[in-house]
Amino acid sequence: MSKLIKQGSIIDDAWLPLNPDITVAAPRQICTLQQWLRLADKNGSAVQLESGEDPAPLLEFLQQIQLVVINFSVFTDGRGFSCARDLRERGYSGELRAAGQFIRDQLTYLHRCGFDAFQWADASGLEAALASLRDFSEHYQASIDQPLPLFRRRTSPTP
Amino acid sequence: MYVYDQYDQKIIDERVTQYRDQTDRFLAGTLTEEEFRPLRLQNGLYVQRLAPMLRIAVPYGLMNSIQLRKLAQISRTYDKGYAHISTRQNVQLNWPRLAEVPDILAELATVQMHAIQTSGNCIRNTTTDQFAGVACDELEDPRPYCEIIRQWSTLHPEFAFLPRKFKIAVCGSTRDRAAIHYHDIGIELIANDLGETGLKILAGGGLGRTPAIGSVVCEWLDKKHLLTYLEAILRVYNKHGRRDNKYKARIKILVKAMGVDAFRDAVEHEWQALKDGASTLTNEELLRARSFFNAPAYQVLDGSVASSELETHCTRDPIFGNWVKRNTQEHRVPGYRIVTISLKATGFAPGDVTAEQLELLAELSDRYAFGEVRSTHQQNLVLGDVQTSRLSALWQELQAAGLATPNIGYLTDMICCPGGDYCSLANAKSLPVAEAIQMRFDDLDYVYDLGPIELNISGCMNACGHHHIGHIGILGVDKKGKEFYQVCLGGSQSKEASIGNILGPSFKQEDMPDVIDNILSTYVALREEEESFLETYRRVGIDPFKERVYVQAD
Repeated sequence: MSKLIKQGSIIDDAWLPLNPDITVAAPRQICTLQQWLRLADKNGSAVQLESGEDPAPLLEFLQQIQLVVINFSVFTDGRGFSCARDLRERGYSGELRAAGQFIRDQLTYLHRCGFDAFQWADASGLEAALASLRDFSEHYQASIDQPLPLFRRRTSPTP
Repeated sequence: MYVYDQYDQKIIDERVTQYRDQTDRFLAGTLTEEEFRPLRLQNGLYVQRLAPMLRIAVPYGLMNSIQLRKLAQISRTYDKGYAHISTRQNVQLNWPRLAEVPDILAELATVQMHAIQTSGNCIRNTTTDQFAGVACDELEDPRPYCEIIRQWSTLHPEFAFLPRKFKIAVCGSTRDRAAIHYHDIGIELIANDLGETGLKILAGGGLGRTPAIGSVVCEWLDKKHLLTYLEAILRVYNKHGRRDNKYKARIKILVKAMGVDAFRDAVEHEWQALKDGASTLTNEELLRARSFFNAPAYQVLDGSVASSELETHCTRDPIFGNWVKRNTQEHRVPGYRIVTISLKATGFAPGDVTAEQLELLAELSDRYAFGEVRSTHQQNLVLGDVQTSRLSALWQELQAAGLATPNIGYLTDMICCPGGDYCSLANAKSLPVAEAIQMRFDDLDYVYDLGPIELNISGCMNACGHHHIGHIGILGVDKKGKEFYQVCLGGSQSKEASIGNILGPSFKQEDMPDVIDNILSTYVALREEEESFLETYRRVGIDPFKERVYVQAD
């Protein structure tokens, strides 16, 4: 069973990994978008979006989906950050997992965009990566983890 | 100017710690070169031809004397005792050591400076008019909006890995001194029919390989919507900008491909979800931002007395008078003038400034200009608020330090990138071309007779020297391993923006002074009365220039 970071802790993955070669995913298995679209019952489902895949089909099922995985084909492809915010801003509250080729130096940004789980094929760096979640304790912008921008929270007096 | 509180300081300090850890991991081999590259770029560190280059952010070109002294000290301790003003108002160090960059950043943080997002595929330093707050033609000071954008864009979690770099400029005056038409987003403070000042938003301008003039996305936007609207534009770009080809990845390509109307619709669609949300600016925040840019403690002076005294002084001392005429501008407060300090003395790389000069300027700014200095995208420095009666004393001190070259806005005040001497992207050297032209046109009377001319030189397509928008633009090109130079004419960065037209086949480096000479002689022969170079060019077109230059070359 592979490991991942979820909500700040290292845990075992409760889901079966993706298998794009089967038509119908097993119960508790992460689906490709195609497999997921074929599911008759989306309740408790898990789906993985590849870089650039439009999350639009998911939007009307956000209350039913349990896990969305956003797979980064390369860490410099920033589309996943906007995709995550789209899902969270439209009310998705299940697990939102980053997978693939992202790097630990992106964890703060990913977390702020709404990801609460992080998984690499090689789990050996998980312990060290936890530290990167704490790179910043203050931020200027509104984000998923802090919906108020700093200018609405500053307590210092105006000069 | 803006002053950090504990929040700003904490963010900058935590960034230094983060970057130090990244550098350590890179040096220890646990962070690969491929992974480290975008991380160091987002901290302004390039690996260049001879050494790394560190680009330090100067938000909208504003610095205080404490910061100048720190830059001088850093350039001595970690570099070779000089710095360079870039064409986006930033400061560059050409010889830092990669392992010492975290220490440099820690030093910068002590004076509220940083190098965040001065490079990389993210939102870069926001630029503006170097005369903001003191210009006579200003509708409203753009700097509070620049600062609001600076904070919003700094370490923005969603937009750190865009398809390509992203530059924003803001202008609040009748004359555009910030080249807003050539930025990914250009913002102009503008009044609507009711006389309320709001924001006109342009998108899709840019230089580089495919120069483009920005298109109007929104004619007038209430200021409170600034951040949500920017966020909507960036989100459209982040989702839909091309990532398959870095030469087609800028927002200008997306705007062109979609068409501006479809692009605007997409932005509006995103904006509906963000509009009136938490990022909507509050009145308190607008007031807070403005409070940092209140007018300094000007003396109440009689403007007409000050002008007539200055005139008398200028007549008595024509060399001083000439400097006043060329390097100072009218100020919105009576009895004050704006002073531009030319970093374009012949024999020195355009935009370079030594540690000693930085320290002197810090001292002069303390004594003459409320302790503030501005950098310009033309690679000069500005003292914004100097009493007219003290110009002469200031001029004498500048002259003694080689900082009184009276050429602002003229041919020899050229914009020039560091080029092939330093930059690993360059196809050709640019500094020797600039110097050869400065040496050929060392007769100031002739230079003044030519009137205002913007000559811009880039060492490659990336166009850091803004060659497309120079009245005369020079671009270094590589032809089978040899350096050649292409010339374009008729570019302009003003509100009547235009992109230069290519004159014809490129030239050898040693021919460039003659080529420029022929172009200028053609203008002198064809100009009518007070016509400027650009006006003549726009009237007669490129052909007479072409004939003269290529006939002479044959």
